[in-house]
Amino acid sequence: MVYLIALPLLSAALLLVLGRIADKWGHLLATFISATTFAIGVAEFFSMHGQSGGNRAVTQKVFEWIAVGNLKVDASLLLDQLSICFVLLITGVGTLIHIYSIAYMEHDKDRRRFFAYLNLFIAAMLLLVLGDSYLNLYVGWEGVGLASYLLIGFWNQNPAYAVAAKKAFIANRVGDVGLSIAIMISFAQFGTVSFVGVKAGAAHASPVALSAIGAMLLLAAAGKSAQFPLQSWLGDAMAGPTPVSALIHAATMVTAGVYLITRSNFIFDASSTARILVVTVGVITLLFGAIVGTAKDDIKKALAASTMSQIGYMILATGLGPVGYAFAIMHLLTHGFFKAGMFLGAGSVMHGMEDEVNMRKYGGLARLMPITAVTFGLGYLAILGVPPFAGFYSKDKIIETAFNQGGGKGILLGGAALIGAGITAFYMTRVVVLTFSGARRWKDGAHPHESSILMWAPMVVLAIGSVASGFLLSFGSSLVNWLQPVVNASNAVGGKELMKPLVVSLLALVVVILGAGYAITKYRTVPDVAPEKVSLFTKAARKDLYQDDLNDALLVKPGKALTLGLVATDNYVIDGAVRLVGWVLSEISDVLRKIQNGYVRTYALIMLAGIFIGALIIWVVTA
Amino acid sequence: MNLLTTTILLPLLGTLALALAPRGNTRLIKIIALISSLVTLVSSLLMLTKYKFGVTGFQLASSHSWFKVFNINYAVGIDGLALVLILLTTVLVPIVVVGGWNEAEGGRWSVKTFYMLILALEMFLVAVFAATDLFLFYVIFEVMLIPVYFLIGGYGRGDRAAAALKFLLYSLFGGLLMLAAVIGLFVISLRQGHGSFDVTTLSHLKISHNTQDWLFLGFFIAFAIKAPLFPFHTWLPAAARSATPGTSILVLGVLDKVGTYGMIRFCLTLFPEATKTFAPYIIVLSLLSIIYGAFLAIGQKDLNSLIAFTSISHFGFIVLGIFALTSQGITGASLYMVNHGFSTAALFLVGGWMVQRRKSTQVEDFGGLQRITPVMAWCFFIAGLSALALPGLSSFVSEFLVLIGTFTRYPAAAVIGTLGIILAALYVLILVQRSLHGPLQEGNEETPDLNWREKVAIAPVILALVLLGFYPKPAIHLIDPATSQIMLAAGASDPTPLAGR
Repeated sequence: MVYLIALPLLSAALLLVLGRIADKWGHLLATFISATTFAIGVAEFFSMHGQSGGNRAVTQKVFEWIAVGNLKVDASLLLDQLSICFVLLITGVGTLIHIYSIAYMEHDKDRRRFFAYLNLFIAAMLLLVLGDSYLNLYVGWEGVGLASYLLIGFWNQNPAYAVAAKKAFIANRVGDVGLSIAIMISFAQFGTVSFVGVKAGAAHASPVALSAIGAMLLLAAAGKSAQFPLQSWLGDAMAGPTPVSALIHAATMVTAGVYLITRSNFIFDASSTARILVVTVGVITLLFGAIVGTAKDDIKKALAASTMSQIGYMILATGLGPVGYAFAIMHLLTHGFFKAGMFLGAGSVMHGMEDEVNMRKYGGLARLMPITAVTFGLGYLAILGVPPFAGFYSKDKIIETAFNQGGGKGILLGGAALIGAGITAFYMTRVVVLTFSGARRWKDGAHPHESSILMWAPMVVLAIGSVASGFLLSFGSSLVNWLQPVVNASNAVGGKELMKPLVVSLLALVVVILGAGYAITKYRTVPDVAPEKVSLFTKAARKDLYQDDLNDALLVKPGKALTLGLVATDNYVIDGAVRLVGWVLSEISDVLRKIQNGYVRTYALIMLAGIFIGALIIWVVTA
Repeated sequence: MNLLTTTILLPLLGTLALALAPRGNTRLIKIIALISSLVTLVSSLLMLTKYKFGVTGFQLASSHSWFKVFNINYAVGIDGLALVLILLTTVLVPIVVVGGWNEAEGGRWSVKTFYMLILALEMFLVAVFAATDLFLFYVIFEVMLIPVYFLIGGYGRGDRAAAALKFLLYSLFGGLLMLAAVIGLFVISLRQGHGSFDVTTLSHLKISHNTQDWLFLGFFIAFAIKAPLFPFHTWLPAAARSATPGTSILVLGVLDKVGTYGMIRFCLTLFPEATKTFAPYIIVLSLLSIIYGAFLAIGQKDLNSLIAFTSISHFGFIVLGIFALTSQGITGASLYMVNHGFSTAALFLVGGWMVQRRKSTQVEDFGGLQRITPVMAWCFFIAGLSALALPGLSSFVSEFLVLIGTFTRYPAAAVIGTLGIILAALYVLILVQRSLHGPLQEGNEETPDLNWREKVAIAPVILALVLLGFYPKPAIHLIDPATSQIMLAAGASDPTPLAGR
């Protein structure tokens, strides 16, 4: 199990230390290592599958890490039904993206460095999902943050990209502080930070402590998963090369928050306050992302907004009690396929369009890039939740579970999720229409063409996943049963069925058709420059609902003013007082001018002499 | 001769050898300095092999009468805490010599004098951590200022004379307060039997609360100036701006630790009641240091004073851990001293090379270095990641221990302290972005990457940061018994877990 992490970590270190020597084969080694981790993951899955439900989880102690007082944390790994899902997703999609990147990054002279970062990410992400304690998870948690920072800023010679990388890291750090506070509360409460220990202790903890831990874990999840109010970094993170957006900022890292909450199910099950916070954040973000997505002309930013929104669905699901976790994970896995696939499709389009990202400059690309168009189209059907594509199984389940909360809460949550589905259909249709259909709007310089097999093969594999994964995961409730020992879904209290699945699916289908239809009629003709005269609503969505202006006004500007003020205080007040004392002393010492000749040597000698004379006097007096 | 005393005296031998060397042959002088520091390193590593892990109390101890009338002894001995700090010293000195090979040139005095001062400082630093006689400690605490004063005032940039004087005056003021407290303690010990300066004997004295408070303050202020804590800090950025990188490493990396070391060794064990009285106020002070230092670091334009302010923030964490009075807090703070030593060394080393190449200390004059000097840029980046305590690097372990150890006793303080985590990301990443990212600044086109000598100097530092991050166990094993001893003397015990109590 430890090789899952050690291999990509060593490979990353090797590629970075060797430098240019490894330029020729670095990408091949990294891809091979990634494929190896996938093979190990598959082998682990089958050996786990052979066991009965209760015996599937295995822990492996690697070494003693920190042991001080009653705090004992080992570097120790836990592979269970939940983490194996992530292992397969990370290494599977990860390997596809390694392969894709061989071609995508072919002309970049720093391709080796890019692959080193990718391997580093795989190692950190696997540690995140395999750590058996919150502290081990934390190491992976910040590790993926580092990898994400390095990859967003891969082209950091562009100042805007360097800023985007920094912004992502800082926003994540705010979340990380949440995680570290949750760890501290856990230790103060239970004397341990391992999942097993905290789970055992949660039964005896006070509701306040549990709610506090839950709220802090949610803060952490909001940072990593770009949820309200820490969502602002994800759009800018699209500065990274597109394969990175597919792997890290769509399929895996940004879903770590969902993993964290699901892993901590024993905390959230015990605190209704924490659950209310979770569903609130989920609902706000799923609508927030969807609204922002309607106005973006940058294809990657539109997809990023969509990712934020879809993770909002997952977070919402994790707040819906024990049944929700499995549906959250299911949506996470299907989303991993269809969103990664669509991002790779976007990368393929950009690759053929000289890195143009503005969809208003696309148009009619389906004929020229048929494989990209078809694979993207399958992902599109999946995210809309059209039966029988993947999203139909996972998203409709979340909407249904939200309605089944009952009462006003159920209607509110379910209704919001349903509206979100309609908006999703609108903005995704907009993306497809603007990119693949209609008249061509690109300039004569561009020569759109289908990408090479190294790029389209991974897209095809992900497209197959977009079609089939939902059915496979929900057939015979396979995923729900599989995860049952981890999340205790059978003890579900919210098992009452208020809305028939068929009704929910029909409702969802209706709003999806409405959203998609509206987009088709609205974008029959597309100007290649974004119109200026738009509604206030569109203006707000284009500016990400003023998230950056808000952060600027509330945090950045006051922070800068405070910094300037403190620098001035330090110079003039604190050091000024010191200088004043110095001045007074020097005035007094004018009297003693005679022994002050300005030579530092003399001062020091006087000092030394003083010490010894002092000692001598004491000795003489008492002798 | 006692191995510990040998380790103390070896740098002195080096100083004498340097004194005999011809002034003009700078190469020979540097080689002598290097050999001397390496021999001292070997000697200290021998101490490590002789040291019995898990045993409390001072080891490798030896005592010789110095001033018989006052029962002042040359008494030395080490526990795990002293040993890790001595090792930090002996590891960093050769790195300073190799890394700053040419930094003494262009000073007010000769290269020879520079290395004599460096080796003299090494001797005092090893001795100050080894002293188990309070008077011996005090004398070294004061004498130590001399080499540093000359190192700052004679070699370096800008207004170095003023910076050196500021350092000296601050330190002398603190030392004066401490001297009064030391004499006070001796008088008390005289009254309660026979006078002594032995730290173990002193820790058994019965001292009234009121007296404890005063004596505690005498020690604490001296140490808070040395560490330094807000608001006693303004000498540090001035010194860092003027000193050579090597001097800065020894001052911020090691000498400042004498302050925090003294808090643990003397304030906690000699004045347990006063410690408890003042702990809440000191916690507030350390939080102020963490946040104030971080904001000031964000606002700095000069690379060296930026690093100095990050240190003020980090010293806040160390003091926070110490006065949380939990085993995680104190062990974490002790480990923090070592990790901060390496982390600061990395920052000043690479920062020094950048400054040397660019002939400017202003952050805005750098930019885009990652593309042309990838090795140097990576080393600087890793040093920065260590400063922001990224997991996997050693500083994370110590910062986490400090925070979790604080939380169990002062939850609010720990939560406020986490602000420092966010601010650290800001000051490091802003610095990294301005100096390494973006388009190449004009004037940097020809910047050479690190040469082999520089790589040799930085490699062990980075190795230490990574190894102690993944596997801090050896260091923790050294420190932990000392921590239990100190907790016992301070009459403190860890809070028990709340749930199910």
